[in-house]
Amino acid sequence: MKKSIADLAKIRQETLRKIQLRDKEDTNCRIVVGMGTCGISAGARPCLSAIVDEVHKRGLSNIQIVQTGCVGMCRLEPMFDVYVGNEKVTYVNMTPEKSRQVVVEHIVNKRVIQEYTIGEVEK
Amino acid sequence: MQFYRAHVLICGGTGCVSSKSHELKAEMEKELKALGIDNEVQIVMTGCFGLCEAGPIVIVYPEGTFYSQVKIKDAKRIVTEHLYKGRIVKDLLYYESIQQDKIKAVNEVDFYAKQKRIALANCGVIDPENIDEYIALDGYQALIKVLTQMKPEDVIEEIKLSELRGRGGAGFPTGLKWDIASQYKDDMKYVCCNADEGDPGAFMDRSILEGTPHSVLEAMAIAGYATGAKKGYIYVRAEYPIAVKRLQIAIKQAKEYGLLGEDIFDTNFSFDIEIRLGAGAFVCGEETALIESIEGKRGMPRTKPPFPAEKGIWGKPTLLNNVETFANIPLIILKGGEWFSKIGIEGSKGTKVFALGGKIKNTGLVEVPMGMTLREVIYDIGGGCPNGKEFKAVQTGGPSGGCLTKEHLDTPIGYDNLVKLGSMMGSGGMIIMDEDTCMVDIARYFLDFTCEESCGKCTPCREGTKRLKELLDRFCTGKGTFEDLDRLESLAYYIQDNSLCNLGQSAPNPVISTLTHFRDEYLAHVVDRRCPTGVCKALLQYTITDKCIGCGSCAKVCPQECIEPVGKVINEKTNRRAYVIDHTKCIKCGACIEACPPKVSAIITQ
Repeated sequence: MKKSIADLAKIRQETLRKIQLRDKEDTNCRIVVGMGTCGISAGARPCLSAIVDEVHKRGLSNIQIVQTGCVGMCRLEPMFDVYVGNEKVTYVNMTPEKSRQVVVEHIVNKRVIQEYTIGEVEK
Repeated sequence: MQFYRAHVLICGGTGCVSSKSHELKAEMEKELKALGIDNEVQIVMTGCFGLCEAGPIVIVYPEGTFYSQVKIKDAKRIVTEHLYKGRIVKDLLYYESIQQDKIKAVNEVDFYAKQKRIALANCGVIDPENIDEYIALDGYQALIKVLTQMKPEDVIEEIKLSELRGRGGAGFPTGLKWDIASQYKDDMKYVCCNADEGDPGAFMDRSILEGTPHSVLEAMAIAGYATGAKKGYIYVRAEYPIAVKRLQIAIKQAKEYGLLGEDIFDTNFSFDIEIRLGAGAFVCGEETALIESIEGKRGMPRTKPPFPAEKGIWGKPTLLNNVETFANIPLIILKGGEWFSKIGIEGSKGTKVFALGGKIKNTGLVEVPMGMTLREVIYDIGGGCPNGKEFKAVQTGGPSGGCLTKEHLDTPIGYDNLVKLGSMMGSGGMIIMDEDTCMVDIARYFLDFTCEESCGKCTPCREGTKRLKELLDRFCTGKGTFEDLDRLESLAYYIQDNSLCNLGQSAPNPVISTLTHFRDEYLAHVVDRRCPTGVCKALLQYTITDKCIGCGSCAKVCPQECIEPVGKVINEKTNRRAYVIDHTKCIKCGACIEACPPKVSAIITQ
């Protein structure tokens, strides 16, 4: 179908959101999920899927979701770090449901969920 | 639209496809499915990444992990370890992207860090078969800008301002060419894209067409608007099946979106593009021969003038540009001619793509700003000669260019600089030669090529190149004389002066430049009957030295049975004798050298 200039602008925006991932410099936020053997057996996989799904559903862009190995606190798995700018927050004992909340609260509403963070849990 | 957390980019350029990147893609898809993460990870076939040496290349985003020489059996490890568990498979990384346990992303590797990509900007970033991804990276925005905000004169003015010169070889100013083409009035005018890339070792046009075909289509439409043409032809060789296929897909998609065809963006501007396949004749890269071929005739050059701008395809005014020239246009329009003219050096603006080949570590495609020195391109990006060999010369401009030596390494690359040194930019092929290369043999190799490719229309080229090659054959077989050397030189200049088209006019260039820079090698072939590098087999002589222990391994493998134990006595008691080669029968196959026990290595070549 023939596209107008406005149609083209729309395609541009939508596709850009999809392929922005390939531009390393252009990232707002990074979510690093622990995927060591400990993480996987504690259920990090469903958490990761939930994060991916939530990010997609909310139409968020410029977000990197990557995995990492064991960080040594296996008893607190599944855990993941959220980097916004230079600030890092570590969430522990996650579930898919909690993961979704983090995406919504932390990334969309810019509010850290204190009770899930490592500092709070370890008190 | 699906959101993917990771993108796996697999090179779909000709180089990597021939090392099975399609099978690799299928295998990865299978593995992703098996783990149930195929809806989280997207696999994209892109255009050439440029570092063909390391193919097949796989790049995983968001990390920018750079895997090289990935085998099909490695697919499973990348999927289960990296994509599922997030552990980078270190032993598959490109050797330079892992240093002291720190893993570098693809854009941090030296090979890419020094490059500046304009023509190849989208190559290896987008899926060339998906028009949406091209649009996402500002694709067709230049066409919109031109059609809605600029008059044809403005477009030409912008191109002139950029000081862009033709990337096909001769380096004619593009803006001026467009200006001239726009001034001829006729009921039908054409824009033509020359994708008949014929230089051995050059493959930038192919990679552009494979990696970002829409850039060329967009630029051709812009050229059509600027010069008043309604129809475009892309003349591409049938030897580039992947490029042809991607072009066909791109044209189809552009037509569906109404970016080609009637009344584009309701501006009354219409433009259509058709592909014409060439049979792969070198001479068809010459503009008038190309036009003949498009018209269905035998590809032979016409006399000029009239130039194609006046009488081109079907006798109508035609604008003819090279693929790489077109690939620069959209960005020039978007960012302005002034931006472009700030890159590069006086007389040579912007960037140029070079195809590195021959004796060099990082064989592949690089795009660098004009004015970079040969040393930077060959050593810093290309990695120098492999196996610690010493650099001897670089042939630029393919069979039509000349060679440059060590002393020219610090020359900034530019059209005029290279011509001054007796070579030329050409389409950007760079064939690197190390100390083991015989310059007479190289000249003969290129002559062999032009001799085969001469179309036969004019005598100086048809007969001259043959005679030139015969003379070179004489040197390589040890029959050359001083008179031959004189004859070689005068014939070379004669062909240069008298041929009809550029093929003939430039065919003797390799001879002239090797004669200028490496005359001593020619003399060694004539006076000493010796090839300093040992390449010319006919001039070699195999000799067995005193080290011979008389084992007879060499005699056993000699196909000519010309090695016999008739030398001096080695062992008095057994009367064992050293072996000797009968030079009248020797065919110089080298079998004896291989057979001689490495501890002994008694056989040498002289």
